Formats: sequence, C-alpha cells, structure tokens
Amino acid sequence: MQKENVLTRRDLLARSMGVAGAFTLGGSFIAATDAAWALEVKHLQPRTMATLVQMARDIYPHDSIGDEFYAIAVKGYDTPEQAPGIEEGIAMLDGMSGGGYLDIGWEADRNAVLRRVQDTEFFQMIRGGLVVGLYNQKEVWPIFGYEGESFSKGGYMDRGFNDINWL
Amino acid sequence: MAAPFDKSDDSVVVVIGTGAGGGVLAGELAVKGINVVALEAGGRYLPEDYVNDEWDSFAQLAWTDARTTSGNWRVSRDFSGLPAWIVKAVGGTTVHWAGASLRFQEHEFRVRSEYGNIPGANLLDWPLTLQELEPYYDRAEKNLGVTRTHGIPGLPGSNNYLVFEAGAKALGYKNVHTGRMAINSEDYDGRLACQQTGFCFQGCKWGAKWSSGYVDIPRGEATGNLEVREHAHAARIEHNSEGKVTGVTYFDKDGNEHRQRARLVCVAGNSFESPRLLLNSASAMFPDGLANSSGQVGKNYMRHMTGSVYGIFDKPVRMWRGTTMAGIVTDEARNDPSRGFVGGYEMETLALGIPFMAAFLNPGAWGREFTTALDSYENMAGMWLVGEDMPQETNQISLSPDTKDQWGLPVVNVHFSDHANDIAMRNHAYRQGKAIYEAVGATRTMPTPPYPSTHNLGTNRMSEKAHEGVVNKWGQSHDISNLFVSDGSQFTTGGAENPTLTIVALAFRQADHIAEEMSRGAL
Ligand SMILES: Cc1cc2nc3c(=O)[nH]c(=O)nc-3n(C[C@H](O)[C@H](O)[C@H](O)COP(=O)(O)OP(=O)(O)OC[C@H]3O[C@@H](n4cnc5c(N)ncnc54)[C@H](O)[C@@H]3O)c2cc1C
Ligand code: SF4
Repeated sequence: MQKENVLTRRDLLARSMGVAGAFTLGGSFIAATDAAWALEVKHLQPRTMATLVQMARDIYPHDSIGDEFYAIAVKGYDTPEQAPGIEEGIAMLDGMSGGGYLDIGWEADRNAVLRRVQDTEFFQMIRGGLVVGLYNQKEVWPIFGYEGESFSKGGYMDRGFNDINWL
Repeated sequence: MAAPFDKSDDSVVVVIGTGAGGGVLAGELAVKGINVVALEAGGRYLPEDYVNDEWDSFAQLAWTDARTTSGNWRVSRDFSGLPAWIVKAVGGTTVHWAGASLRFQEHEFRVRSEYGNIPGANLLDWPLTLQELEPYYDRAEKNLGVTRTHGIPGLPGSNNYLVFEAGAKALGYKNVHTGRMAINSEDYDGRLACQQTGFCFQGCKWGAKWSSGYVDIPRGEATGNLEVREHAHAARIEHNSEGKVTGVTYFDKDGNEHRQRARLVCVAGNSFESPRLLLNSASAMFPDGLANSSGQVGKNYMRHMTGSVYGIFDKPVRMWRGTTMAGIVTDEARNDPSRGFVGGYEMETLALGIPFMAAFLNPGAWGREFTTALDSYENMAGMWLVGEDMPQETNQISLSPDTKDQWGLPVVNVHFSDHANDIAMRNHAYRQGKAIYEAVGATRTMPTPPYPSTHNLGTNRMSEKAHEGVVNKWGQSHDISNLFVSDGSQFTTGGAENPTLTIVALAFRQADHIAEEMSRGAL
C-alpha cells in the first residue's frame, strides 16, 4: 500500500481535534492512528468512508469501542451498487453541515445535523444496518461484558449463574 | 419405524404444523394407534444443531416468509415485515420458547361474564371450564415435566432472578418464585437437567427444555403410525360436494405440488398461518374460506399485553447467565378492576444477549440515551410483562391483496391496535416493574415496547354458538365436522398466562375426542 493512500495518525488526530478538513488524502485506504487496522475503500471516496464512520459513531456512540468496529460495520457499503447512494447521502449530510460533517467539532452539534436528517431513507438505512453490523460483531461483545456462546463451556451451572453478592 | 403413507391413502389424519398444538396432537394420535401424516413447512433441527448465537439461530429457525402489517402497534413501524417472532421447524415455536407453563385461572374461561361488556372488546366465554380442562392440564404438566407441579422441584434462581425476587419482596409481593417451567430441574423423561446455559430462545442444546420436536414427535414416530414430512408447506385444504374435507395440497422444498388425501384434517400452523390456510382454501361452496360461515376466521387476533422493563444497577448482574426466563411474580394476575383495567398480568424475568438487546431495547432509537444503556449491559436486569389483552374484531389476519410468498400464495396482513384496556394495563405494569428494580437500587429503568409477537392467539376462536366463532369446545369446526383447529388460534380469550401449557392440554383433549369419535364411527 502506498503511504499517501493511508489515512495517517496525524490525519486522525487532526480529525479528532475538529479540523478534519485537513483530511485531503486521495487513494483508497483509511487506517487506525496506530495502524492497528486499515480499511481499503474501492468504490467510495476515502473521505466519504471517514464521514460514514463518524456518522456511525455518532448514531451509536460507545467511547470504549474503537473506530475499526464502526468501520467494519459500514464497509459493506463499499460496493459498485451501493457507493453512489452513499456518496449522495454523505453529500447531503455535508450540505446540512454547512460544508463538512467531519468539520463539526462537538458531537452535540453533529447530533443536531443528524436529527434533521433522521427521517431520511439514508439515515435509516445506515442506522438500521448498524444494529446488526455493529452489535453482532463477536469482538465487541466483551467490551459490553457479554460472554456469548456458553454451551461448549458447560453453561453457567458451575460458572456463576447465581454469583451475585451485593443484594 | 416411521411408516411412509401413500398420498392416496384417505384413511390418514393430516396434521398441519408440528409445534405446541400439532406436534403434541400428532404424537398422541400415533400413540393411540391412529395413522397420521404431519406436514411441516420447516426442517428438522435437533439439540446438536442449535446454535448459541442470537442472529445465527434466528436465521436457522425463524419464520421469515413474507408477511405484512398495519394498525397503530409499534411493531408495524419498527418491524413491518416481522409481526411475529416464531419458528418454522419441526417442533414449531416450542424450539425457542422460554418454557413458562402456567394454567389459566378459573375466571379466565368466562371473562364475558366476569368483566361484563367492555366497549370495543369482542369478549366471549369459552365453551369450556377450568374443571373440564384440569385432567388435561395434569397430563400436559407431566408431559412437559413442569417444575413445581407433580412433585418436580423448582429451578435454582439466577442472578437476574435474585435481583427481581429481592425487589418484588421489598415491594410486598407474595407470589414470587422461579416459575413453573418446562425445563428440567433434574433429569426427567430421558432428558438432562438444565445447565443454565442461557440460550433458551435459540433451542436448548441439552434438551433440558421441553419441545414437541424432540419429545412428542419422535415418540409418535416410534409407534410406526406417524410420518412427518419436512419442508412441506400446506397450501390448500380440499373438500367434496358434501362439504367434507378430503385432503391437503402442499409444496415440497423444490416447489413441487402434492396432494395428500385425508380422513380428517387438523390445522396447527400458529395463529397467522392457520386462518391463512382456511382463507386460501376458499371455494365455490365456501367463498369466504373454510369454516368461516361466522366470518370470524382471522378475527379477534390477540398477542397478549406485553412490554419489558430493564433496570440498570451500579453493580454487575450478568442477566444472560442462566435460563432466559428465570422467575415470576403472579400477584398482579388477578382481575381487580380497581387498578383501572380488567384482567391481570404476570411479571417474568427475561434476558437478551447484546445483539438482540440492541435490536429490541428501543427500536429506532439512537444517540447516547440509547448507547449508555447498552454500556451498562453487564449491570442490567430484565423482566417481561405479559397480560390478558382484549379481543377486538378489527384486530385481524387477512389475506394480503398484493403480496405473495415463494409459492405464489397470498401472505397474511396482520392488523393490530391496542385496546384502551391494554394500554392501561401496560402502564400499570411498567410502573410496578420499575418499582421492583428501584426497590433494590436501580439507577435507571427503561420501559421497553413490545417485541414482535411471540404469543399469537384467537384467530379461529372457540365458541358455544356457531355464529360467534370458528370451532366448538373440541376444536372441531362448526361448519365442517372433519376439520379441526389444534393450535393457539382456538383461544376464545387469552388469559394472563403464557399460552403453551393450555395449547398442549387442548391438544391432548382433542386427541382423546378424535380417537373416541373415530372408534364410534362418527368421524
Ligand atoms: C421467544 C419466544 C418465547 C416464548 N416463551 C413462551 C413461554 O415461556 N411460555 C409459553 O407458554 N409460550 C411461550 N412462547 C409461545 C409459544 O412458543 C407458542 O404459544 C406455541 O409454540 C404456539 O403453538 P402453536 O401450535 O400455535 O404454533 P407453533 O408452535 O408456532 O407451530 C406452528 C408450526 O406450524 C408450521 N406451519 C405453519 N404454516 C404451515 C403450513 N402452511 N404448512 C405446514 N406447516 C406450517 C410452522 O412452521 C410451525 O412449525 C414463546 C414464543 C416465543 C417466540
Ligand atoms: S438455560 Fe437450561 S433450558 Fe435454557 S437452553 Fe440452557 S440448558 Fe436449556
């Protein structure tokens, strides 16, 4: 992968400081600040994907869930069929934001934009997709404390089904 | 063992659907020596096939053929294509039911007399009393191995239960316990005791929870008198010029149409598919559908007053560990109109995993109000509220004018709006549920709207008089003597209790009746 195709730590930092307008990279990758994950975009503009990831986080904000999980949840839109609709939707979002959604520094202000578009098909599609796309990732379950499958471990009969001690 | 019957064999009883009603009926008729062909739209999945994963299991088991919705219930907005969350498989919805097994109260069989005339409600007394059903409740409880009945011990209480119990007792509730559950507290009927695995809604991998799919159906098959045809979707029930039913047409997995001749047909496809089948079987002789001279087929759809309350605490609960439904408060199940509504409700603990919690906690919600609740998932306790709802003629299952399924058959539209009594009851139940958790220190409580229906009742109701309902006290249609309804759609009214024990009791009673009538040559 070419260096300039990757959204770098500096870009992400810039974004988190609310000057994400500085994010001007071409190419097809966005990546984590520490390069722990990278996502190749083939059909969407990288900035569109970055905006989509931010939108996803603003819809279902969990401070202890990393960007990569939001990225995984929306990467299915990076297809020839879906990309045009997403570009259009994000363009609408940017328009409503008076320029760039990513340029809005505070979540509360981005929320105000989202509230204005929440009845659109675009918003509902993204939100609806996240319900399964985000919360059905087995890797996020431990962040919520959820233990998932238990049959192979013999259930909770001897593993704390009644271990509550504060009542 | 299981005898394949010829499709032209018109001496067999055809049972459509193999869930709580159909599965028990088919098994019991076979045990009595009667030849049965059971048609089941779904496939067969056994404990080794079930998966401890909410969405994967949903994909494996749920009925996802098209359905449409209307009315002012929120499900119609949030889950417009999924009015009910029920199973398409051998064993029907007993594969993923929770197992709560309660008898109706005496007055719940005669609510028209007890509650009087409630405007907008199409109330009717059952043509049946608790006393008449009691021996069959006994049989059903023994068949299901229901805890706290017939000397079977109760289940131990999970974390979710212990929080609920402490709160309920602090509020002064008296009837609080770990429930009457069709879940083995010790080995029973050749099946293991519950290991508190916590995926009861996904099919019990230990077989500790009763399901007709691995109890009654194999018992029937072992006699050689029962043949179950899987992936057999019944399309139409046919009749002759005397107005007696003669057989059933169905589609196999590959879309080929077959015709099974029959001496008698029992419909048990749950409260959407059973009326759909009767309506789709309309003919020149029965232009409004079979068994529908009263016009009541598909009407009076009930889904129970439901709702949930989740409470968040400052310390962990881990509600997902252990049985999905782990305990009950029955104090509010009485009829006490001074509360502002007729009928009563049960409070039963409930736990969902993170994937389903995200989907059902507050469908459509977003932002931090929603996500901070999920952030506290580990510290959450949950309960489900279930009570008697009012039958209304306008709440109904009808054939969709434009949507067809993969076989080209019109699908159902499910129309539902709450009655004022349902809303008053739900609000009361939300308040009490919240109070239970607050009594043990909840820092936040969430009144959660009804999920897609799990209890579907009343759409072919029993009545004394032929013009008021579809079937008589035996589940036999008023219009056609060799056509029976054998599932929850027979219910005249819903009671406060989870319905399955009553469906099973009615199935045993119907099996006795059919066997007697056949042996005296009346059927
Ligand atoms: C999540 C969940 C939890 C529940 N927990 C409880 C509980 O704790 N206690 C309780 O009492 N109840 C509970 N229930 C409800 C209970 O499962 C149902 O009341 C019961 O299974 C209904 O029985 P039935 O015979 O009417 O239909 P089902 O059990 O749904 O069986 C109907 C069968 O008919 C088949 N069928 C439908 N149409 C056709 C056709 N055209 N051709 C061939 N086959 C067809 C279906 O595939 C299905 O297998 C729960 C339900 C759900 C969804
Ligand atoms: S908790 Fe018990 S009944 Fe439920 S699935 Fe697990 S073993 Fe079966």
